[in-house]
Amino acid sequence: MRNVIAVYVENKYGVLTRVAGLIMRRGFNIDTLTVGETENPDYSRITITMQGDEYSRTQIINQLKKLHNVRQVQLLESGDSVERELLLVKVKNSAATRSEVMTAADVYRGKIIDYSTDAIMIEVTGEPNKIQAFIDVLRPLGILEMCRTGIVALQRGSAALAKQA
Amino acid sequence: MTQRKKRLSGAQILIETLIEQGVTDVFGYPGGTVLDIYDALFRAKRRIRHILTAHEQGAAHAADGYARSTGKVGVVIATSGPGATNLVTGIATAMLDSVPMVAITGNVATSMIGRDSFQEVDITGVTVPITKHNFFVTDVRSLADTVREAFQIAKEGRPGPVLIDIPKDVQQALCVFTAAKEQPLSQKERVDDTVLDKAAALIAKAQKPYLYIGGGALGCELGKQIVALAEKIDAVIGCSFMGLSAVPTDEPRFLGMQGMHGRFASTAASRQADLILAVGVRFSDRATGSLERIQTRPTVIQLDIDLAELGKNVPLDLGIQGDLHVLFPRLCARVKPAKHPEWMRQVQHLREKETADLLAAERLQESELSPRSIFEIINAYTDETTVFATDVGQHQMWTAQFAALRTPHSLVSSGGLGTMGYGLGAAIGACIGTKKKTVLLTGDGSFGMNLTELATAVTEKLPLVIVLFNNRTLGMVHQLQHLFYQKRFAGTSLFARKTDFVKLAQAFGAKGVRVETLAQFETAFKSAMQSKTPVLLDLQIDPQTPVLPMLPQDESIDNIITTMTE
Repeated sequence: MRNVIAVYVENKYGVLTRVAGLIMRRGFNIDTLTVGETENPDYSRITITMQGDEYSRTQIINQLKKLHNVRQVQLLESGDSVERELLLVKVKNSAATRSEVMTAADVYRGKIIDYSTDAIMIEVTGEPNKIQAFIDVLRPLGILEMCRTGIVALQRGSAALAKQA
Repeated sequence: MTQRKKRLSGAQILIETLIEQGVTDVFGYPGGTVLDIYDALFRAKRRIRHILTAHEQGAAHAADGYARSTGKVGVVIATSGPGATNLVTGIATAMLDSVPMVAITGNVATSMIGRDSFQEVDITGVTVPITKHNFFVTDVRSLADTVREAFQIAKEGRPGPVLIDIPKDVQQALCVFTAAKEQPLSQKERVDDTVLDKAAALIAKAQKPYLYIGGGALGCELGKQIVALAEKIDAVIGCSFMGLSAVPTDEPRFLGMQGMHGRFASTAASRQADLILAVGVRFSDRATGSLERIQTRPTVIQLDIDLAELGKNVPLDLGIQGDLHVLFPRLCARVKPAKHPEWMRQVQHLREKETADLLAAERLQESELSPRSIFEIINAYTDETTVFATDVGQHQMWTAQFAALRTPHSLVSSGGLGTMGYGLGAAIGACIGTKKKTVLLTGDGSFGMNLTELATAVTEKLPLVIVLFNNRTLGMVHQLQHLFYQKRFAGTSLFARKTDFVKLAQAFGAKGVRVETLAQFETAFKSAMQSKTPVLLDLQIDPQTPVLPMLPQDESIDNIITTMTE
């Protein structure tokens, strides 16, 4: 089962290492991990997606709560939260594939952000499934390189981790 | 005229803050990047005592032993690089057993960090997995509050070690120091009455209750309340290794340590019980083995300060997180009295079998120096003021099985990490912290690891009695090889070593006595207990004496090993 966990942390030296190290040490595998500043510059927000059953999910949340720099940990349930991921992907630019690349980008609401005689770079945001579907479409057209940010997610409604921290 | 506030160096601020936090003794070893700290210590020597050890590892274990025996935070200081890495085993030992400790390391100046400078090591990076938290101080203005926070973290909730790494330039920088008072720990308690009622209802249903207590129960000094609860609900009490000394060993309802090398009655009762009430204990694999082997699964209730421990190692019927100081009395007040005569009879049979097995196993041994008879003498000449320390191995398990532990914190020993070489440093720390007669039980293997701390014991003129169970063998591993590796004794025979521990003790300036019979031991131990300086008793025991009973990992209680022969 895929779990999305939001971790609200003090924006201090080494916090990311502590969080990532803890998950590794306890034998869990991270699918994606993103980190960035929050509305309060003293805090950062780490979003982790990982595979695991209820036992490992509970364990990791409880272990994360013990870290001194961690202020709040929340499991984001898919029905109750919004997830997004950003993809930058570079594909070959050739007469044979160009129109198909452009159509795909259009359908997936992608933006062409760089264009040269031999390559096209596209930016797409969306839920992970959509990103994956877009990549599957582009793959036969010749992906040169790509970069996914991993998932960021927020709970729906007015609830906020900062309020609870 | 306005008075100008005095500016102190970072090193002085550190020492002032330590004193403010109630620290009276620190263990350590000097070096290039802690020169300023040592200078500040020297200048404050009337207010804070520094104990120089022979090796930083010994200093870390001493701080740990000091903390375990006194309940105070143990403090250790080491220089950068090798000084800092030598603390690692000591810090990990404290981490696994939840011992409050503050380790202070020097580091190269901030301008030299990251350049592989002389004696530079990223000790905060190294110790992330083995500390509760650690700090790298880059600004002298945050130093005092960092030290205060470190002590708070070390003590609060589930205690543990905290490391503070202070670069040399931060120690030298000047800053105004504002004194503060030591902050009392807040007791957060939010457990709902309905949860406690649910626990009381589960307890009321039990016919065969077993109270399983660990380091958390010891740390909160719940011994008397545990016994009172056991009497109220007609339960028996067993403990993990870390729970030893929480309840006096002569308490009638106390069955002793359970687990791989636990007392038979305790281990068996824990597997026959229909309710296990676990108090401040984490169901470590060594203690619990495989609960899947139990035919009818008991109801398990676990109380712990650490949320992550609830259900970590065994599935629970009810887990309650909270400060046991508050939580446990609240639960006890809700529990109804009960009587379980059938269960008491069942436990009595287990106790009888335990004694019979023990005597049967002893009869197979040729030497009169059986662990039980050795401890009969030790118990006769020690009292409630004695502190016991151990190393790791067979002697440690014999201590757990046979030593009369009469008061809380009267045993100082490495449980979770199982650190051979822990004992001497820890005994020194305990002796200095409690100012009481300290008996170190050790083995020739463990003692060989950090025996250099004899120098510290002699320097400090400590009333330390070292009972060295000398079997010329790494006995615990040897026993495992005997049972599970068809007697292929790889690397466990020390017979080729020619170490003369009596002469060794003398070389360090301590007394040394060789003991080969029980009568000699009694005379020597009695006399050693009168000594005001360190005495080592080299006790020549039979290398074939095993630790029994033994419940191999993942075996059911029916397959417990109670005798071993050649």
